[in-house]
Amino acid sequence: MNTSETAVTTEAAHDDHDHPSDAKYIQIALLLGIITAAEVATYFVDIGVALIPVLMIMMVVKFFYVASWFMHLRFDSPLFTKFFVAGLILATAVYLVFLTVFEFWSKG
Amino acid sequence: MSEAATTEHPTNTGISHNKLAMWVFLGSECLLFGALISTYLLYRNEFHTGPAPGDIFDIPFTSVSSFVLLMSSLTMVLALSALKRGDIRNNRLWLLTTALLGALFIGGQVYEFTSFVREGLGFTTSPFSSAFFTLTGFHGIHVSLGIVMLMSLLISSLRGNLKEKNSETVEIVGLYWHFVDVVWIFIFTVIYLVPNPTS
Amino acid sequence: MTDTIVETNRPIGVYTRPKGGGGWRDWVTTVDHKKIGILYGATALVFFVVGGCEALLIRLQLATPNGTILGADTYNQVFTMHGVTMIFLAAMPLAAAFGNYLIPLQIGARDVAFPRLNALSFWVFLAGAIFLNLSWVLGGAPDGGWFGYAPNSGIIYSPSVGMDFYAIGLQITGIASLVSAINLTVTILNMRAPGMTLFKMPVFTWMMLVVQLLLVFAMPVIAVALFLLIFSRQFGANFFNTEMGADPLLWQHLFWIFGHPEVYILILPSFGIISEVIPTFSRKPIFGYEFMVFSGIAIGFMGWGVWAHHMFASGIGPLSVAAFSLSTMFIAVPTGVKILNWLATMWGGKIKFTAAMLFAVGVISMFTIGGLSGVTHAMSPADTQQTDTYYVVAHFHYVIFGGIIFGLFSGFYFWWPKVFGHMLNETMGKINFWVMLVGFNMTFGPMHTLGLQGMSRRIDTYSPGFGFELWNMVASIGSFIIATSVLIFVINVIVSAVKAKGQPHCGPDPWDARSLEWMTPNPTPEHNFDEVPVVESLDEFWHRKYGTDEEGRIVRVATAEEVCQDGSATGVHLPSPSYWPLVFSAGLPLVGLGLIFSLWLTIPGGIMMVGSLFAWVFEPVDDPDGPHGHHDDSEETATEEAPVV
Repeated sequence: MNTSETAVTTEAAHDDHDHPSDAKYIQIALLLGIITAAEVATYFVDIGVALIPVLMIMMVVKFFYVASWFMHLRFDSPLFTKFFVAGLILATAVYLVFLTVFEFWSKG
Repeated sequence: MSEAATTEHPTNTGISHNKLAMWVFLGSECLLFGALISTYLLYRNEFHTGPAPGDIFDIPFTSVSSFVLLMSSLTMVLALSALKRGDIRNNRLWLLTTALLGALFIGGQVYEFTSFVREGLGFTTSPFSSAFFTLTGFHGIHVSLGIVMLMSLLISSLRGNLKEKNSETVEIVGLYWHFVDVVWIFIFTVIYLVPNPTS
Repeated sequence: MTDTIVETNRPIGVYTRPKGGGGWRDWVTTVDHKKIGILYGATALVFFVVGGCEALLIRLQLATPNGTILGADTYNQVFTMHGVTMIFLAAMPLAAAFGNYLIPLQIGARDVAFPRLNALSFWVFLAGAIFLNLSWVLGGAPDGGWFGYAPNSGIIYSPSVGMDFYAIGLQITGIASLVSAINLTVTILNMRAPGMTLFKMPVFTWMMLVVQLLLVFAMPVIAVALFLLIFSRQFGANFFNTEMGADPLLWQHLFWIFGHPEVYILILPSFGIISEVIPTFSRKPIFGYEFMVFSGIAIGFMGWGVWAHHMFASGIGPLSVAAFSLSTMFIAVPTGVKILNWLATMWGGKIKFTAAMLFAVGVISMFTIGGLSGVTHAMSPADTQQTDTYYVVAHFHYVIFGGIIFGLFSGFYFWWPKVFGHMLNETMGKINFWVMLVGFNMTFGPMHTLGLQGMSRRIDTYSPGFGFELWNMVASIGSFIIATSVLIFVINVIVSAVKAKGQPHCGPDPWDARSLEWMTPNPTPEHNFDEVPVVESLDEFWHRKYGTDEEGRIVRVATAEEVCQDGSATGVHLPSPSYWPLVFSAGLPLVGLGLIFSLWLTIPGGIMMVGSLFAWVFEPVDDPDGPHGHHDDSEETATEEAPVV
């Protein structure tokens, strides 16, 4: 695309790239489906203290796959990732402190 | 593809105004849902004399509707991918499917809400109930707005105005749609699956 | 032009874009960032006067013990609306006025990224401002303080409709801020002139970028807090109902998570303004440009980690108090860096004390006093003593009035010729400054003493015999001196405009300024730049005027007239005006009134909003009858703002 060539400052790569095939998307959706099934399985199978960490890991993996593949972050301008990650990190940090001040973790 | 550019003048970053604006907006939305989720977490134990979350959540049911929403993300990327190939027919098909899956999710939420109310969990029953309905309600409103956008795209396509060169519009609506989906991924785990207090 | 062409350009056929045509129509349909900037500025100045009158009422009431000018209930409404008006309807939109007008000019752009959304921001702000003030005649103004602490803001303790107006009104102005913030962020990142890298942007634009990012991330937090309040008051939700186990501190946390970044949202534009004024009148480049930028970013970033210092006395526990006490002391560091850099910029410069420069120096000195009393708040043991006393009132007026209002006035005097093509009277400007400085210190200086003597905030009156009489009287006299200084400014504006009538416009570069906006003639022509300049350095405009000779001395190489563009370009394509931002905005207060009084009202309001959004989407990008090929936001813009509900 010629806009990136005429742009005078190249702070970010342009989003002209090959998008993954439909088959790849379906593959990822399958993976997401399987993880969801595993998540739901924890409701029926007792895995003890590992439960919360396992749930969190599965959640982050799902989140990551949707954001990076379906939302194209892995192919698109890093600027988008910066904005999204800034929002995520800021929200996580601020609200973790918020809950800590309320002594949420000891209340359970 | 150069005709697809919605701005005639080159931008410093080489990316379009619209897409950048959507991502900035999504960054902002993180703080919105963060506040709602934190409020809920703060009050998950405060069910007063009403039903507790652990008494009332129907995990198998919510799992199915979560799966429905997850799959709507797949159909959304397929819609975009079809349009980028110039495949208008499949684009319409997948847009419609996405909207229908979204509507199915909303239908599930309406059913969930009504059954909760029947079991004695109204909006004003307890701090827990207020926070729960506010959080999931806000998410539901986001999904509903997404459905409106998808239907607008579909109507626009049926009028012959949604062509390959407009694929960025579909992509931007898609970004919003996927974002609403990832928020639900978070809500489903943290609100439903993490063991909930019972009364 | 044949019919077929018109049809393809108008998908629905009936939506044409207004052509203006002069007079008020130009203003209500404008999408020009300069006109929107002027609209923001004029509206905000009106509300600045309204908020000022409210302040005078407060000072009249408190001038003597057992004051009877206002009853306790009216007093609550007046001090609440004074805070809300000054922060949300005066200081923030004044910053938006400067931002809107100057950012595109300083980065060498023809307009903002989304001209129609820009118009939307202004009209939504105006709708919210009018909505808030309608409360005076529709059942009582908000009376729970600008911070609206729960459960005091709940239906039990504040049964009038005032706090409903507060919650919904601020929600509406919040939409305006968020939309505008996204718009200006995209503008600054995407629309800089060729060669203008981020680190060649003027400090003002940099500070405004930080402000927009703070707004982007902070507005949703207050939005959630206000939704919780609206739901509690309107639908009986239990977010702040302590009887059911809810924690009213939830509101305080959410409010201050927004509220502390808000403090920097307010102050950074002023820092940006004086960072332009001080180098110009010191005849030196800004000292430590990178430090200036990075300290601004650091302030914006650290502003997220200090919110609970507003809550030291609320029982958040010793660990939290210690942590937030520490982070608050740290945030003084980047602020100190800025103050040092301004002083170093002036050091050894050929300083010219124009009115703008006087106000800028006023910011440095007065803000430093406020900053120092701020550090005494950061020490939590001392703060426990000061909480809810007039000492706090003194502190935040030194930062807000001394830091922000002085800075904005500096900006008025500096950029007035840019915007209106004539100068403000300098002598009157200097009188304006000195009167304001005296009045300001007389009003807020004694409040330190009053606070340490134990006079509490927000009380509507006090008994004689506590030693409060003298300083309250001094403060009240001071407040009327401030009012006089504002009056001098208004007179200056009128007199200068009358004198300038029929005279040729002032030259292109009245101050021998440094940044790109001065490369356009004064006042700025509608298309901004005849030709978008290619930028090679920071202070581009100055570098085009000055060079160095063989011995390294700075010499003038070109006159301003040679460097400036003459504004004669024709055929520049500009965005067409639009009705829909105004129509959409008019629907919002109807929905708000509907929520408070009768849900039926939400129907016409909702129809106006939804209808105008769809009209917006289908509006032809180009007026088929107007000039073609201009640069506008795409027709799909509405898909992006639909979620901003």
